[in-house]
Parts: sequence; C-alpha cells; structure tokens
Amino acid sequence: MKIIKKAILLLSTLTCLVLTGATLGAASELYDVTQELNTKSYSKKAKVVAKIAETGDEQAADILRALMAGDLFARKSDKIIVLAEKQPDGGYALIAPGTGAALGTAKKSDLSKVKINNRVRNAIKAALGGLDLNHPDPAKRLAAADAVFKSLDDDMLPLLEARLKTEENDKVKSAFEQTIAALYLNADVDFAAKVSALHTLKESGGPEVKSFLSRYLAELPEEEAELRSQVAEILDAVERRLSNFALVENLFQGLSLGSVLLLAAIGLAITFGVMGVINMAHGEMVMIGAYTTYVIQEICRTSFPAGLEYSLIVAIPAAFVVAGFFGVLLEKSVIRFLYGRPLETLLATWGVSLILQQFVRTIFGPTNKEVSAPSWLSGAWEVTSGLSLTYNRIAIIIFALCVLFALMLVLKKTLFGLQMRAVTQNRQMARSMGVESATVDSLTFGLGSGIAGMAGVALSQIDNVSPNLGQAYIIDSFMVVVFGGVGNLWGTLVGAGSLGIVNKFLEPYSGAVLAKILVLVAIILFIQKRPRGLFALKGRSVEG
Amino acid sequence: MQKLKKALGKISATVALAATAFGMTSPAMSAEDVIKVGVLHSLSGTMAISETTLKDSVLMLVDDLNKKGGLLGKKVEAVVVDPASNWPLFAEKARELIEVEKVDVVFGCWTSVSRKSVLPVFEELNSMLFYPVQYEGEESSRNVFYTGAAPNQQAIPAVEYLMSEDGGSVERWVLAGTDYVYPRTTNKILEAFLKSKGVAEEDIMINYTPFGHSDWQTIVSDIKKFGSAGKKTAVVSTINGDANVPFYKELANQGIKAEDIPVVAFSVGEEELAGLDTKPLVGHLAAWNYFMSVESEENAAFIKKWKAFIGDEKRVTNDPMEATYIGFNMWVQAVKQAGTTDIDAVRQAMYGQEVKNLTGGMAVMNTNHHLSKPVLIGEIQENGQIETVWNTDGVVKGDAWSDFIPESAKLTADWTYPFVCGGCEKPMY
Repeated sequence: MKIIKKAILLLSTLTCLVLTGATLGAASELYDVTQELNTKSYSKKAKVVAKIAETGDEQAADILRALMAGDLFARKSDKIIVLAEKQPDGGYALIAPGTGAALGTAKKSDLSKVKINNRVRNAIKAALGGLDLNHPDPAKRLAAADAVFKSLDDDMLPLLEARLKTEENDKVKSAFEQTIAALYLNADVDFAAKVSALHTLKESGGPEVKSFLSRYLAELPEEEAELRSQVAEILDAVERRLSNFALVENLFQGLSLGSVLLLAAIGLAITFGVMGVINMAHGEMVMIGAYTTYVIQEICRTSFPAGLEYSLIVAIPAAFVVAGFFGVLLEKSVIRFLYGRPLETLLATWGVSLILQQFVRTIFGPTNKEVSAPSWLSGAWEVTSGLSLTYNRIAIIIFALCVLFALMLVLKKTLFGLQMRAVTQNRQMARSMGVESATVDSLTFGLGSGIAGMAGVALSQIDNVSPNLGQAYIIDSFMVVVFGGVGNLWGTLVGAGSLGIVNKFLEPYSGAVLAKILVLVAIILFIQKRPRGLFALKGRSVEG
Repeated sequence: MQKLKKALGKISATVALAATAFGMTSPAMSAEDVIKVGVLHSLSGTMAISETTLKDSVLMLVDDLNKKGGLLGKKVEAVVVDPASNWPLFAEKARELIEVEKVDVVFGCWTSVSRKSVLPVFEELNSMLFYPVQYEGEESSRNVFYTGAAPNQQAIPAVEYLMSEDGGSVERWVLAGTDYVYPRTTNKILEAFLKSKGVAEEDIMINYTPFGHSDWQTIVSDIKKFGSAGKKTAVVSTINGDANVPFYKELANQGIKAEDIPVVAFSVGEEELAGLDTKPLVGHLAAWNYFMSVESEENAAFIKKWKAFIGDEKRVTNDPMEATYIGFNMWVQAVKQAGTTDIDAVRQAMYGQEVKNLTGGMAVMNTNHHLSKPVLIGEIQENGQIETVWNTDGVVKGDAWSDFIPESAKLTADWTYPFVCGGCEKPMY
C-alpha cells in the first residue's frame, strides 16, 4: 500500500511539474530563452540576447533593458532567471520574465546578478537598435541608427528605408542615410548602387565611417578591383577631411588650454602683476573656489535638488566672495607687513599655501570630491560629423574672456579701479591726494584672490577637486604673467593664448612631456631677450 | 626682475624646508612591553590622496589586534610619520623609524620611486618593509615583502582578457601612462608580450604624460583617431593618481564609450572613482586582485569594520587596502610562529605563510617575497563600484622578474637555499 501511495504521490508531483512547465512554456517562449542567460560565457550571453530580440515578443525590449540595468538575477536556490524589483523594505519582489508571473520575494543574498560586460552591452544595444528605430525620442532613434551601423544587421534595411521617408529630424535623417549606405555596400546590389552608397558615406564622413570603410576595404576580395579603387578613393577623401578637422580641433584645444591658463593667471596678474606681491598661495585661492563649488553643489543636492543644474552659476559669486575673503584676510594678517620684501613674501605665502592645503585636507578629507557637470555642460557640440567641440571647454573659453573684460572695466571705469592704479603707480602721491592706500591694498588683493576663486569654479569641471588642485596651476600662472608682461592684462591674455596654442601644436609631434619642456625652454630664452615680457610697462611703476 | 629671479631660485629650497617642518612625528615612548609598527605613508602633498587611506587601514588593523589581546602578550603600537610625498624624505623618515623609534616592521610607500628611495635604508639596517601597491616588478629585496600585484598578476591577464572573444577580441592597443618608472617598465613588458602574440608594430601606440597632467584633449582625440582604423581598439592605462579624473572626464565629454574603445586601468580603484561621475564611464575596466564589490564573508566584515573605524558610511575600500590587510595579518602570524619580532626569524617564518584574503581564497607568501593571489578584471558601474566580469580560476604566483623581458627572463628570485638571492641566474650556494 505504502509503495502505491508513494508512487501516486510521485506521479502527481511529476504531472504537476510537467504541467507548470508546459503552461509557462506555452505562455512564453521568451521565458525559456531568457533562462539560457544562466551561463558564465559572455559570448553565449550575447547570442541569447539576439535570440531574445528574435522572439518578437512585446516584452523582449523590457527584458533587454532590465538586463542592461542589472535588474535580472539568478535565484541561487534553483538557478532560475528572474526579474527582481527592489522593495521599500530592502527585499526584492521576483517576477518571471516574459510571463509576468509573481515568484514571491527574496533577500539580496539569495540572488546573484546576471553579469554583463561590454560585449553583451553591445549585443543589447544592437538588439534594441532594431526595436528603437520607431521610438518617439529622436535621441533614441539616433542611438538606434548608430547601433545598426555598428552591427550591420541587413534585416533592418527595409525598416530603415521605410522610416527614412517619414523622418523629420535632420540629424537622425543623415544617420539613417549613412546606415542604409553601409548596409547597401554589404548587400547584393549592383555596382552603381554601391558607388552611390559610397558617396553618401563620403558626405557624412566621420571617424566611424573611416573605421567602417577601412574594415570594408580590408575584407573586399581582390577580384573586385574597380570597387576597391572606388572605396580607396572615398576612404582617402574621408581621411583628408578628417585631418583638416584635426587642425581645427587642435586650434580649439589650444585656445581652450589658453583659456584655462588665462583664468588661473588673471588673478595673479592683479596680485603679482599690479601689486608686485609674489603670492605663492594663489593656487590655493583657486582650490578654495573649487571647494566652494563643491559645497554649494552639496547644499543644492540636499536642499534644492531642482536647482542642481544651476548650482555652478550660484557658485561663481560665492567662490568670488569666499576666496576674496581669504585674500583680504591673508593681506591683513601677513602680506601687509612684508611689502617691498619679495623674498620674505614668497616664503610666507608658500607657508600659507601649505597651511591652507592642510586645512582643507583636515576639513574635507584627502580624497577627491565629486563636482558633477550639469547636463548643459556635458558632451560635445557636433559641428559637422567628425568635428565636435566639448561644451565645457567652450563655456570655459567664454567665461575666461568675460572675467577678463569685466576686470578691465573695473580697472578702467570705476573709482576703485582708479584708486588702485593710483596706489600702484605712485603710493606717496596717491596718499597725499587722500586715497586710503592700506584699504585699497587689501581690496586689490581680495579682488585678485576672488578672481582666482572664480577660476576654481571653472576648473572644478575639468580637473580634480582635491587639496592639491592649486599646486598644479601656480607655476603655469607665473609663467603666463611673466611671459605676457608683468602688470599688463592684455599681455596676460596674449601670453595665455599663445602658450596654449603652441603647447597643443607641439604635443602631437613631441608628446606631452617634451612639449611642456620645449615651451619652458622657449620662455626662458624669450625672457633673456625681453626680460619684461611681451608687453612691457613703461614709466615710473616699473621701478616700484 | 633681478630680485624676482633670485626669489624664484629659492623656491626649491623652501619646498624642502616646509616639507620637513610638516613631517611631524609622534612622541617616542619606550616601554618594554610594546611592539612597534612603523607607518610610512604620505599624509600631505600629492600622494596624500591615496596614502592617507592606507595609514588609516594600518591603524585599524593595529587597533583590532590590540582589542584581541595584542601580540605575544604585548601591546602593539603604531608609529606614524609623514614623508610628505617627498622621495628623499622617505629615506630619512625610514631611517628615523628604524634607528630612533626602533620599530619591528614598517608598512609603507606607494609610488615606486619612494620604494626605491627607502630600499637601501632597509637593506643597510636589516629591517622589514611591507609594500602594499601593485608595481612594475623587476625587483626582489631580502628586506621587502611585496603584497601588491606584480605585472603578471595584473597587466598580462588584463590584456589577455581583452584579446579573448569575451573581452571583445581587441587587435589594436594604446598604452598610455604617466612618465615614470612603473608605467615605463609595465609598458615595456606589455609591448614585448603583445608582439609575442603577433600584434604588429603599427597597431601599438605608446603615449606618456607628466604627473598631474590635466589637459587631455589632444591625447583623447588622438586615441579616437587611432581607434577609427577599422580594428577593435583598447587603451591600457597606467596613468597614475590625480591625472585620472581629468582623463576620464575628457573621455566622457568626447563621447568615447566603453563598448567602442574600452580603457583598462591598473591604477584606478574605488577610491579614485569616488571623485567622479561614473555614469558616462560604465564598462571601462580595471584589473586588480580585489574589488569592494566582491561577495565574501571576509570582505563584508572588513567593509563593516572599515566604515565603523573611519566613521563614514560612504568611504570605500580598495586593492592596496586588501594588500595591507594581507601583509599585516601575515606578519602577525609569522611573529606568532617565530615567537619573536626578530627580523631574521620572522622573515624565515614568512615563507609559505597563508592567510585568508578578502575575495574568499588564500593568499600565500612565496620565497621570492611576492604573493600568490587571484586576478580579477572588473567593469565600472554607475554607482562607482567595480564589478568582476572575469577572474582567474585559481591564484597566480607573483613573478619578480618578467618572462617577457629577455634579460629578466633568465633571473630567479628566491630567498631560500640554494638560491638566496633577489635576482641571479645560478644558485649562490
């Protein structure tokens, strides 16, 4: 009896199992395919991704996105692949992929994530490319077209051609055309069609086209000599075009480096150039500006998340005020006593710079702080395909020029500017005319430091926000000011610009290390010839 | 102007002065029942960003050991000095630790140049240094235990992974590094390795940049150009320290995605990523022997302890910390086994010493003073963590001398009989 009972029990469980299996299977082929993700090999996973897309199931895209986002897990107990949604209590709700059946909940330790790498990510993007060609968001369509261009999946050709007819966005349109042309080259069409496809590619001609064409040329059989020569010709044209762009890009990079140097040096042009103080703590004012940016951004993150995008704009005046305050403090407490003694000033400000570094290190810790870039400063502006200029660099160039001209206005058009120039040119005379020279001195120093602080806001976008930030720029700043001519803002502008451009044009030929050395040697030679820099001041102030 | 020139000439002298002034030492206490452990990590200057963490790690381990009753019935005391990222000062501070403070062991150094600077001191005074950072190899000193990775435990496996089908079958390589001994030696080894695998000369681009390089526009666009020649391209980065943040920012802004041109880095860990927005960097790689994301009991306990010790829930752990952890625990075990802190006895006890590493296996000290460790390749995730995508099946034994440099391939490092040398072609005895 017992045996029969056991047998019946066994039988019923078996049927049960088979039944559930069958219902799941019937409900979704997608479920079965997804289960194949339970493998360690990434090549296999990449194949499964393609299979998932081929099921044509409506939920395929969702599963692929979940895989991309790391929401697919293998349950450790039975090795089943599940979709897991994080619950407010920290646990996970499990859902069977494809069928949507709830599978209960689990703790994080019961699950292991289905890992993906770049290869799988590429496969997902290619698969999603086919699914996203009709997406309402043009950016998604653009990404989809690029994904197809990379995967060269010829099944997509009819879909792309249909889509091209209704496409209104110019950028997406040209991406579609480029992708269709690439697919034509691989398809079984006549010579004329291939040549016209090649010309379409020549039109768009970015680096990815160059990459595609050189691969295509390498794989083209020797017999098709005519097509080969055509391809080689177009490839040559694309390369020429790109190398012309490289020249423009190089110029832009030079200007951009120049603008960074300019920003770092303007403040020093005031404290060193106008006042004659060798301020080794100048770099630390830049650093304080960068940390102010960080603090403002953290306050925004916690209190006004909506304003996070614009925290940088708030940080500009804030950094000016904070760094300016430190500048006035430094002038009042140290530098005031050391006017006319450059060596002592140098040593004292060097000491102050170390103190400030350690001060920041103690408060914020030794590690880098993250100042995130707002979306309007991320990415690049694509002028045409193959030539793109990064937004943050453009913004820094504009910002540097704005700061320079604002400073010139202050010097030339305000009473404070007039007093400042009067005091630096002839202190005794200015005092006898009733100018409070001590106050003007500390305000001037504060102004120079405040501008350094604003430079810190810009540098937080391209460099580390760490206690050492300032050290990296101090030598360069002195170099720019001395080269441009001490006490002359135009000289600072021209000096920074030319140093940046010369550096960037040397770099591709000599490497970054040698370029820096060559520039330094050139400056030393130049200073020997013209000790007062590019634009030397003439007159009484020179003696001071 | 004359005055100014003179003044600028004095700067270097001032630097040295100020740095010395800042290298503070803790007051010496000479109680009989104390075992002293020296900590030689920069707490100011450029390297403070990385080394301060390691100083804290040693303090945590010492603290933990004392809570468990100390060592050989004695209290363990950490003596912390600050060599201030100044290489010659490293040697002075090492001498001070050994001669004045009479420490029994030193944990310290990060950059290879600082290690090279203290090496003669440790050899002259016969003391012991645990060096916890991945490095270029080509060295084995009787007085140093290297607990970081040698090139064959990091660089070579990473390149092999990228060459494999899973890694993307890379055929074209950019070797980008900071201009000093570690990247130059590593790239020399990698270049020889790549050529031995049939990679053509024109498919390798080597590029060096100065320390703290911040303007990466030209180099990143060069990489972009190099990568558009129709072959799958990858960047092997030995860029060190501060320069990494602007490098990755530029990569993100110029739109280089990991799926197109992956960058595998040997000096970028969780700590370096903490200063970065990692969303545009997902998929770029790092090769280490440890990641914070590794799931194991030891690791979970270690992370918990670290966060509690440092009092910050956001602090991360990284590979050199694991290397410090392994080195410290091995030294403790060896001292217990030897029953003394005598350098020669402890050194003998170190060979073959096994401790649990944080990735769920055992670390073994070999007679060439290098560890056997697993190699992990990870990809950067959106949350700033690095997740393992590939790892070696077992452990890899650290090679002091690379097999891919002809002059080095002949050399053996073995500090036991009959070799007893750090690099010789024939046994000494």
